[in-house]
Amino acid sequence: MSELLNILQYLDDPNARYVLAGTFLLGISAGVLGCFAILRRRALVGDAVAHAVLPGVCLAFIIVGDKDPFALLIGSMIFGWISMIVMDAIVRNTKLSTDASIGMVLSVFFGLGVVLLTYIQSTGNVNQSGLDAFLFGNAASLLPGDVMVFGTLSVIILIVIAVSYKEMKMVSFDPGFAKSIGYPVKRIEFLIATLMVMTITVGLQAVGVVLMASMLIIPAAAGRYWTESLGIMIVIAGAVGAISGVGGTVISGLAPAMPTGPWIVVTALFLFLISFMFAPKRGEVIRKLKNMRNRVRVQDENVLKTIYLLEEQDGLAGKVRSMRDILKRRRMNIRKTRSSLARLHSDGLIQLIPGKPAGYLLTDEGRARAMRLVRVHRLWELYLTSHVQIAGDHVHDDAESMEHLITPEIEEQLTSLLGRPATDPHLRKIPYGETTTGGGLLS
Amino acid sequence: MITSTFWILLTGSLAAASCALVGSFLVLRKQSMMGDAISHAVLPGIAIAFLLTASRNTFPMLLGAGAFGLLTVYFTEFLHKRGRLMHDTSMGIVFTSLFAFGVILISLFAAQVDLDQECVLYGEIAYIPWDLWIWNGTNMGPRPVWILGFVLMLNLAFVGFFYKELKVYAFSPEYAASLGIPVGLIHYGLMGSVSFSTIASFESVGAILVVALLIVPPATAYLLTEKLKPMLLLAMAIGVLSAISGYYLALFINASIAGSIAVMTGIFFLVAYLFSPSDGVLTRRYRKAEPLAEPDEFALF
Repeated sequence: MSELLNILQYLDDPNARYVLAGTFLLGISAGVLGCFAILRRRALVGDAVAHAVLPGVCLAFIIVGDKDPFALLIGSMIFGWISMIVMDAIVRNTKLSTDASIGMVLSVFFGLGVVLLTYIQSTGNVNQSGLDAFLFGNAASLLPGDVMVFGTLSVIILIVIAVSYKEMKMVSFDPGFAKSIGYPVKRIEFLIATLMVMTITVGLQAVGVVLMASMLIIPAAAGRYWTESLGIMIVIAGAVGAISGVGGTVISGLAPAMPTGPWIVVTALFLFLISFMFAPKRGEVIRKLKNMRNRVRVQDENVLKTIYLLEEQDGLAGKVRSMRDILKRRRMNIRKTRSSLARLHSDGLIQLIPGKPAGYLLTDEGRARAMRLVRVHRLWELYLTSHVQIAGDHVHDDAESMEHLITPEIEEQLTSLLGRPATDPHLRKIPYGETTTGGGLLS
Repeated sequence: MITSTFWILLTGSLAAASCALVGSFLVLRKQSMMGDAISHAVLPGIAIAFLLTASRNTFPMLLGAGAFGLLTVYFTEFLHKRGRLMHDTSMGIVFTSLFAFGVILISLFAAQVDLDQECVLYGEIAYIPWDLWIWNGTNMGPRPVWILGFVLMLNLAFVGFFYKELKVYAFSPEYAASLGIPVGLIHYGLMGSVSFSTIASFESVGAILVVALLIVPPATAYLLTEKLKPMLLLAMAIGVLSAISGYYLALFINASIAGSIAVMTGIFFLVAYLFSPSDGVLTRRYRKAEPLAEPDEFALF
């Protein structure tokens, strides 16, 4: 309760609301643009640009003489652009790889920025204090004027993306194809790069040089886990960015002397980890669970099939089989077999006959299921020997895994392709089910 | 009488040589940004070492930094493989998060940790002559010189001992694995060396300059020669030259020494980029050499 009160008190402060608005807008635009950065394999280019704009900021300050936000913005945009051109030139004209060119531009431009910054400090210009907010970010010092600039830029960025979404998407996924169908690829890439430089420049003052890259990368990477569609990914990344911006600002506002940037990153990381673990389909935990369920199903089917094979072996369908009989026929883990038997029983696929030891009997439904497994196993073996020309003694293991995967449609195709054969390559009968084994008759 | 200038130059040169040696393998392995990642991600390691030992003792700091350097490599691989993200994406997530974690630690324990972001980013090479190591009452000279000397020896020993393995690994890890070279061990050994060089240099020259020293001189050397041994020597020489000329540039314009050294590495690179006998852009234009066989897939426009 008291935390809630604290938050409300915090929001009462108009200055805090400006900061909040700033990080919120920054979160959205960085998250959205990050999607294009990641898709175009430029994740770390943003990092380099963030470092490389520092000399631009300093030069603008030297020329103008004070911290006019527009002058600094233009200075940093020019240097963001130069850094991209240099990175591109190094990769085009030398045998050095992308990562080397990114690293070089990042460190040398930043070094130049530090030189200019220390030079400005040594000249003793009183206006220079706070210029290092570009280095480490200082969201708490955002002024209403800064937020206005942020807001305007964010709105511009979002409008441009909305208007040219189709073109940007095409160029990001397949520039070669986009070019071949007549898209102005270079102009669109220029547009994306410009938007990126703009976002980075705006973001620097809030989160600083190092953490700017994470504002671009982490929300977009989180969005990637939830969807295969770029549009949805962009929406999620924008939301993650906005939540991180607001969450980080509030957290750092509650504790005294806490930096905002790092808490924004921690919030984003938290959301990323949730996506990485729990997103449906692509999430790690969900995939693990699915794998586990699959393994259990395979184990159950193997037990079921083994009982059927015992019946086939001695022709006694009504005979009660103990777990020992089953394990003698097929070597399996005892504990797992026991739990499989329990599951098969509760699914109504086998009957449990109490006694010492307890025995098991296939129900009609269980027998039909087991028979189908054996049938597709043998059909597949026959298919491999007759159509893929694999020797008969090499096909069992493959069929052993395929029997759990073959769908009714594939089964139908196999049956008609092979002409409803009577026996498999080992001359065992392929059971089709019309000679249902009832009451202990020979099958 | 040994002057403070001498100590600054010696520190810079040792850092440059150490970084260039291991950085060459990063550049060849196309893992340059790993240097950037590690140099940022070791911050929490340093902060934790500070907190646990309540001192600026170097050994725990090296351990903490080394541990976090290797964690960076491990987490990056993990997210790349299990999270199915692109390598640079996962690297970007890991190192920025660790850096943020480090900044938070430092802010939380600001009273106990005598370390600020500025020091981490800039380094304080100008103060090195006064950071003395007094042993048994004898003045042994600046502490960072000893640390950097030790790390350089360590790196030389690592590269010297595993030279053949590193050579094959640098050009093709797959081939190295097929020869039975323990690629994983070499990889983590190299990353360990990068972490040590980073942290040892870091105190004096700062996180970003470390990246310049790790990557730019080796990249410059790579434009001048294709053979590994000359490349290593050239890279170290260019690094040392940058350190020395950077110091005088800084004196001349009255600015940051670390920044000036980074600028000098860039200037040396620019010269090689334009005039390298084999790879220079102008040289090749003059000779009308055919364009490079396969530039890396990366075009901005």
